[in-house]
Amino acid sequence: MTAATLDAVALRADFPILGERVNGRPLVYLDSAATSQRPRAVLDAELDFLTRANSAVHRGAHTLAAEATELFEDARAAVAAFVGARPDDLVWTHGATEGLNLAAYALGNASLGRGGARASALALRPGDEIVVTEAEHHANLIPWQELAARTGAVLRHLPVQDDGTLDLADAAGLIGERTRVVAFAHVSNVLGVVNPVAELAALARAAGALSVLDACQSAPHLPLDLPALGVDLAVFSGHKMLGPYGVGGLYGRAEVLEALPPFLTGGSMITTVTLDSAEYLPPPQRFEAGTQPVSQAVALAAATRYLDGVGLDAVHAHERRLERRMRDGLRGIPGVRLLGDTDAADRVALVAFDVDGVHAHDVGQFLDARGVAVRVGHHCAQPLHRRFGLTASVRASAALYTSEEDVDLLLEAVSGVRAFFGAGA
Amino acid sequence: MSGLESLYQELILDHAKHPRGFGLAPDGDDATSSHQRNPVCGDEITLRLRVDGDGIRDVTWEGAGCSISQSSASMLAELAEGMPRDEASALIGRFRDALRSRGAIPLDEEEFGDAAALSGVSRYTARVKCAMLAWVALEDALARA
Repeated sequence: MTAATLDAVALRADFPILGERVNGRPLVYLDSAATSQRPRAVLDAELDFLTRANSAVHRGAHTLAAEATELFEDARAAVAAFVGARPDDLVWTHGATEGLNLAAYALGNASLGRGGARASALALRPGDEIVVTEAEHHANLIPWQELAARTGAVLRHLPVQDDGTLDLADAAGLIGERTRVVAFAHVSNVLGVVNPVAELAALARAAGALSVLDACQSAPHLPLDLPALGVDLAVFSGHKMLGPYGVGGLYGRAEVLEALPPFLTGGSMITTVTLDSAEYLPPPQRFEAGTQPVSQAVALAAATRYLDGVGLDAVHAHERRLERRMRDGLRGIPGVRLLGDTDAADRVALVAFDVDGVHAHDVGQFLDARGVAVRVGHHCAQPLHRRFGLTASVRASAALYTSEEDVDLLLEAVSGVRAFFGAGA
Repeated sequence: MSGLESLYQELILDHAKHPRGFGLAPDGDDATSSHQRNPVCGDEITLRLRVDGDGIRDVTWEGAGCSISQSSASMLAELAEGMPRDEASALIGRFRDALRSRGAIPLDEEEFGDAAALSGVSRYTARVKCAMLAWVALEDALARA
């Protein structure tokens, strides 16, 4: 099915947890940006692997080991294809945070002279610059702060506009010959705005800098072709895209992965080891030291097959309808202020908002009593909240299984918040 | 009483809207302060007091956060005023035990005053830190005094 229609109500039957009741009410799950729910096909894929083929991959001569290795590498091919990549350009990680740290530490190791001549072309030196946006999740900010501290590079930030978008003219002014890395999210986990990835990647490329994309909030919502976007490295997280915890992917352009020295070292990533030194396998194995999250990778492949089965164009169209309904409704509720409320950019169905006079935690508690699950707090983006004059906000985020009724129940619940807490009285 | 009303009792909302002891007294040689932050939600409280002989005096505080953290600070400021420090330390321990009890240990009104209204918080594990914030500040300030 690739037509741009999607019946969320019918899809919900595939997600066992969506039938749960919370505080006596049907669950209205609007926290998919934190953790998405898994369809039965994903749960079954993991159980099937564990009950039929579970064993160590890439070693052992027995039948199960061979079968597990095949399923693991088939999963790599499936997940790579889902983001438009070749299998060898996809490194398994335990999540997006690990993927970003892998990138930052590998670059740090290159800066220390590890990895030979090709790696030295990626080295950061004192006075070099790393550019991030003001909207980044802490996972795409702190590894770069640390890399800057280790190398003497300077961390610079691209401001977020009042409407939640990035200004490409600002970016062009900021990204220059000193820039070595430009790290940014495809979609901010607070603003829901789709950033101009291809344009930012092109600016980085023109400056001779690496582009690093956080694709966590786009992978389950938009058709994704990472090579076509022109980014050098990109990360995504399994549990945010209908898959399991503890697995994620790092995509890298072949030349970049080949040039990078490893981050984690140990078993499974070497060719020859002596007591004094080791030689490393080519990518992706070079970056996959130790035991990999095998059953989770197999299940993540099932998640990408499920998403492809529905069709990402259809998912995106569905979520556009949901986010318009959410934003229109929230704007009409007195005292509610949306963060990054713009029609000028493409979006996913994720809206963060502030309720005047009521703390986000209290809003979340009130909604929870009505079965509505949202995220409250700073969503691991303190600098962005500070920029909007807040310490915390409420975030409602949808996925392909979110229905219009879910959105309406959110809006109805938010409408009652200020009266309950006596705000604005 | 629904779950929500048992959590957000009138008294809690009243303290949150009309906080007692709010506005820090001027710092001085005999004043002790503690700043506490809940990194999960960004709530913060600065609490200041003097220890006069053995008694806690002039409890004031400032902060920003949810109605649970702010009302708890307001209630504590009233409760701790004039209290011997040992008694306050023991009280903080019993408050913590009750809040971590998942509803098993209620807060006694005789002992905790208005803060007894925070009993319901112990059923909401995600909110225990909110209610504890000011009490941790008092504990820390007393340790420094």
